[in-house]
Amino acid sequence: MQRNPYLPLPMKLVKNFTETEDKLIHTFTFQFMSEEDEKSFPYMPGQFAEICVFGKGEAPFGIASSPTEPGFLKFSVAKVGVVSTALHLMEEGTMVGVRGPLGNYYPVEQMKGKDIVIIGGGFAFTTLRSLVNYMLKPEHRGDYGKITVIYGARNPGLLLYKDERDEWSKRSDIDLICTIDRPADGWTGKVGFIPTVTKEVAPSSNNSVAIICGPPVMIKFTMPELEACGFKPEQVIMSLENRMKCGIGMCGRCNVGNKYVCKDGPVFTRAELNQLPNEY
Amino acid sequence: MIIAKNALPGLLDNLIAEYEVYAPVKEGTYSLFKQIGKGSEAYFGFLNSKIPPKGILFPQSEKLFSYSGAQMEECIDNKKKVVFGLRPCDAQSLLLLDSVFKNDKYEDPYYMNRRANTLLVGMACSEPAPTCFCTSMGGGPFDSKGLDVMLTDTGDEYLVEAVSEKGRELMSKMGLSAAGEGQKAAAAKVRDAAVVVCKVNTDGLKGKLDANFYDTIWESFHEKCLGCGSCTYSCPTCHCFDIVDEAKDCNGCRVRNWDSCMFPLFTLHGSGHNPRTTGKERMRQRVMHKFKYFVDNFNATACVGCGRCIKNCPVNLDIREILADIQGSEARSDK
Ligand SMILES: Cc1cc2nc3c(=O)[nH]c(=O)nc-3n(C[C@H](O)[C@H](O)[C@H](O)COP(=O)(O)OP(=O)(O)OC[C@H]3O[C@@H](n4cnc5c(N)ncnc54)[C@H](O)[C@@H]3O)c2cc1C
Ligand code: FES
Repeated sequence: MQRNPYLPLPMKLVKNFTETEDKLIHTFTFQFMSEEDEKSFPYMPGQFAEICVFGKGEAPFGIASSPTEPGFLKFSVAKVGVVSTALHLMEEGTMVGVRGPLGNYYPVEQMKGKDIVIIGGGFAFTTLRSLVNYMLKPEHRGDYGKITVIYGARNPGLLLYKDERDEWSKRSDIDLICTIDRPADGWTGKVGFIPTVTKEVAPSSNNSVAIICGPPVMIKFTMPELEACGFKPEQVIMSLENRMKCGIGMCGRCNVGNKYVCKDGPVFTRAELNQLPNEY
Repeated sequence: MIIAKNALPGLLDNLIAEYEVYAPVKEGTYSLFKQIGKGSEAYFGFLNSKIPPKGILFPQSEKLFSYSGAQMEECIDNKKKVVFGLRPCDAQSLLLLDSVFKNDKYEDPYYMNRRANTLLVGMACSEPAPTCFCTSMGGGPFDSKGLDVMLTDTGDEYLVEAVSEKGRELMSKMGLSAAGEGQKAAAAKVRDAAVVVCKVNTDGLKGKLDANFYDTIWESFHEKCLGCGSCTYSCPTCHCFDIVDEAKDCNGCRVRNWDSCMFPLFTLHGSGHNPRTTGKERMRQRVMHKFKYFVDNFNATACVGCGRCIKNCPVNLDIREILADIQGSEARSDK
């Protein structure tokens, strides 16, 4: 019989980093305890895992690291409740449990040979970080055409992954456009909401795939802009975040119509979602 | 084969020596499936138990593993069990749960392990209740699918028939005598007399549900629903569960408990957003899950027509009436 899917893998918290200025998002780096453990966790960008804080419980989070970064897993977690708060307060060196990888992933195979447009809002950038790092890896970069990243947050202090964004802006093989809602001191990037910026950037839909993650309002208003650029529902990829428990399609919590977001998703094309009721 | 009713407690005692035996036990005005320590505790006077026997395989509350920090220990139950006297509808429900707990990617070791170690001895329904509608849901009062052995009550005796190979083996340990022609004929007579009166029209139901998610018909079904969850807790096919930790400091255990899609917190996101905010969406989910989504995924309705949700509902909501209303409706969309 296969491994018990409810049992987490023990991992060690090696870094608890305060990611945003409001301190509400921390990025956690967990280290695999052995090579064998790492082998038992083969993942792809877009997948998620249940992080277990012993004594508190477990909660699902998108994997922010990329499989091209061996040895550890990264997650960026907003402080909202029991598990996330316990994580925020956790001292480096503490053991946690990680259960996964769960769910499907961004269709990196089908995306080959295409231009990629990534649109992220707020702290929903986590699995997009994984995807960008995966595509930028030298052995993968040639598989993809132009990479455009549009990333927005309310203010500069809420944009995640500053060091990496700085790296990406120096590279010529990725076009990074960051935007904030209102002007701020020292900000040299764009100012404006993501839908407006998407309209300005006007990415071509020709032989392209758009991947969009963010709060529901952002998605609602960005979709028409993508349509205006000629993106068909089959070319738009999204990731859902329904409330979850088991993560393996059994507890019945996360369904949208006849699909379980945990097992059949969380990654869906807009065309697939159009076939489902709007319960997300 | 045949066994006299007054010999049944002795037969159960023999089984208890080798297996954990679960049978209906009288609890005031109803019965419940419980593990019995003596054959005489079993009571077959009620048509069916108030709560389905699914809990023997999928307990209402069960420890998944215990831990002390990151040191974990699985709680796998490997004991051999016999469920004695379950009704055909409940046996059918286990076949449906099988497809839930073993999907295309994962296997639930807790359920699957118990399932593999459990023998099912069924009791045919000689007198179906007015709330029974199993024949509309692919079953019947004498339907033996999913069972290992089936008993038919012929008055002073039970006719005992093997359904599966495992059942045949179990019977060989029971010390039964062969059934005569007269006893077989008596059983056939009981079978012919057992009629499920209530019919639910399911022709075309799936087609209606495929199209009516946004229909205004969903506006009213939930109006008197209290959201108590009795329907889901007493349903033999409902399988929603929650996972929680019961712990002090870093020591404790991870537990799963039955949960219900009828509760508002069930789908509440950490952000406060809730995809199913009112009773309307939750009632629609329950009906859709049973009669559309499950059919889409497993080609069977997640309802076996046991009627428990009807009997246990404090405000007399009746799934048969809901289905009839849907069948009688024209799709009206308020999308
Ligand atoms: C696929 C997926 C990927 C995700 N990725 C990320 C990610 O990368 N980063 C991230 O930060 N988050 C992510 N999330 C969201 C994350 O899972 C939730 O924020 C997390 O589950 C919260 O867990 P918690 O224990 O901290 O909160 P909980 O203690 O469960 O509570 C969170 C909130 O839920 C409500 N609530 C829960 N239980 C009750 C109750 N009994 N009574 C009243 N209210 C209640 C309250 O509003 C409470 O504030 C993801 C979710 C999914 C499904
Ligand atoms: S989280 Fe349990 S079914 Fe999806």
